[in-house]
Amino acid sequence: MLPEALDAYVAAAREVGNPSSLHASGRHARRVVEEARERVAAALGCRPSEVVFTGGGTESDNLAVKGIFWARKSTSLSRTGVVVSAVEHHAVLEAADWLGKHEGAQVTTLPVNAAGKVDPARLGAVLEAYGEEIGVVSVQWANNEVGTVQPIAELAALANRYGVPFHTDAVQAAGQVPVDFAASGVAALTVTGHKLGGPIGVGALLLGRDVAATPLLHGGGHERDVRSGTVDTPGVAAFAVAVEITIKTQQEYAARVAALRDDLVKRVLSVVPDALYNGDPVDRLPGNAHFSFPGCEGDALLMLLDANGVGSSTGSACSAGIAQPSHVLLAMGADDDRARSSLRFTLGHTSTAADVDALIDALPAAVERSRRATAWKTPR
Amino acid sequence: MSGGVDSAVAAARAHEAGHDVTGVHLALARNPQTFRTGARGCCTLEDSRDARRAADVIGIPFYVWDMADQFHDSVVDDFVAEYAAGRTPNPCLRCNEKIKFTAVLDRAVALGFDAVVTGHHARLGADGRLRRSVDNGKDQSYVLAVLTRAQLDRAVFPLGDSTKAQVREEAAVRGLAVADKPDSHDICFIADGDTKGFLAKRLGATPGDVVDARTGERVGTHEGAYAYTVGQRKGLDLRVPAADGRPRYVLSITPKTNTVTVGPREDLLVDEVTASKAIWHGAATPIECDVQLRAHGEVVPAVVTVEGGTLRARLLTPARGVAAGQAIVAYQRDAAGGDAVLGSATITAAARTSVAPEAARA
Repeated sequence: MLPEALDAYVAAAREVGNPSSLHASGRHARRVVEEARERVAAALGCRPSEVVFTGGGTESDNLAVKGIFWARKSTSLSRTGVVVSAVEHHAVLEAADWLGKHEGAQVTTLPVNAAGKVDPARLGAVLEAYGEEIGVVSVQWANNEVGTVQPIAELAALANRYGVPFHTDAVQAAGQVPVDFAASGVAALTVTGHKLGGPIGVGALLLGRDVAATPLLHGGGHERDVRSGTVDTPGVAAFAVAVEITIKTQQEYAARVAALRDDLVKRVLSVVPDALYNGDPVDRLPGNAHFSFPGCEGDALLMLLDANGVGSSTGSACSAGIAQPSHVLLAMGADDDRARSSLRFTLGHTSTAADVDALIDALPAAVERSRRATAWKTPR
Repeated sequence: MSGGVDSAVAAARAHEAGHDVTGVHLALARNPQTFRTGARGCCTLEDSRDARRAADVIGIPFYVWDMADQFHDSVVDDFVAEYAAGRTPNPCLRCNEKIKFTAVLDRAVALGFDAVVTGHHARLGADGRLRRSVDNGKDQSYVLAVLTRAQLDRAVFPLGDSTKAQVREEAAVRGLAVADKPDSHDICFIADGDTKGFLAKRLGATPGDVVDARTGERVGTHEGAYAYTVGQRKGLDLRVPAADGRPRYVLSITPKTNTVTVGPREDLLVDEVTASKAIWHGAATPIECDVQLRAHGEVVPAVVTVEGGTLRARLLTPARGVAAGQAIVAYQRDAAGGDAVLGSATITAAARTSVAPEAARA
């Protein structure tokens, strides 16, 4: 957490008061919450009333996909379409899949190209074919694995033309690339605290004033009758401070980190010449570098680099902890081996040139060992 | 790290001894979600979490290695094929041989590790000889005797000098939550413990005859010879009682004719065992030593000869219930240092060459 956000958290946590109460301490807490809402709105380009505080990215994505789907279906029973990209975060993919299995939704998956990008023409074709029968479209602003940034404004404009609400998961994008709710034309947008220097477990769904969503959580209706549950006053206060600072410094941060990242990419490709740089080289998150190392296993590389003090990430693991080939890379056309040979290096606020040096020092030996270890897989 | 108490304490001891230790949990089920049945077996989600927590407490890195395909090919398929061939396999032994000390060890060595540490109860001392654990009841040298010299050279068994009770006590002192976790006894890939049902699902019903060895008479039928093991008495469901009214036991299984042969208890006695795929650690033979013929089975004195890959044992005391497919492990008696493994092999045949005095009594 940013120190300023932590201070705001601790200050608010010292105060007694439930923002839903009408007495003085309640009113004070309410004021903290509403000021936080205004700050988040100002930083992300929406109206305060469009900020719905939630418990984080997964909740916001679920609320957007399911909530908007249900609300739209309640006005027209044949409106059962859900459109998502193939590279969405699991919070969107699984929500859509669940609607398909349990709520009669027809789920359409938009393919991506080799760089991980959605082709607006594909969305156009789906909208043309099904139009008003689509309940909701959800395409992430930027990908959490390969860092590819989607043409969100263009995609949102298409959906708007057909009167279909467009949601974007901007968890990875906010603070990294310019994100402006109103200018983007989206109907709903997900952000989460811990990706912005704020606390874990606090996030928001920016939900356009005219966009209806059926609640996931029923109760006191605290947040615009869309999200019930006592608002986490210290959490949202810290979240607002973090969003404000991170958005304000985004440009400067992105320039610094992108330069560091470009250096990392150049040097990785020089020490491992057959490494493949994944994702879109231009429309990309500034701190993201993602490679396939042919002949390696991503999880073996991860372990060897970790032993040298370098943290990296493979796709994702199932609940038993087994590394799975990334659905993102598979959607980009990679085969199973290439998907399993992939690794992501992420740079952020605390990253330095020395961190890149440490990676470049450790990488060649790790790649060599990992390649030897792949031999154990051969049937014996 | 299976998620049990033994591997957790073994890891803690190796770490404390100054080694650079990394915890590895093997994912062995192809679909772990379906194995979510609790503490039974060695590949449930709960066990994976227990192993991870133990690694946290010890302070070592922890990874899950997906060995499901290798496990299925080398252990589960082998298990089914062995039963289909009328033999009685030992899947734990096979897992040590093919998974823990081949697939895992090879991968670990390639990644730069020196050895595989496990929580097996066996001793591997300075002389490099594999010996029984001080805890006779928990000793696992029988299922490790299949390891070659090269495999043993890269194995570390830190628990051989402790009893299970001491291991549990130590786990509690170290704050490892698995200290009281029950032992696993069942075959880990048969979650409900129903081996017969597991085999029936894979091999289907293959009805055949149950024949009395003495009279040659058909005394019953069976739904699949794989459901029987040499020495088995219960569940034979024989319609024709024996002439003398005494209980009958499975004497042999003949896959060719799909016949289960039964007979009186004394006919189970054998005094000559032939075994293949011998792993022998160099002692000159013939040698008088002890042999063990199944996991946790009795130990009998024998004279063992090894020629090429074939091991022959003349049992000085006849033994019962010797099944093809099980291992014969030869031990050199050593009360002080723990009986040492001379070698092992897979039993292919057992016979009775003489009427031993004990047989006459039986």
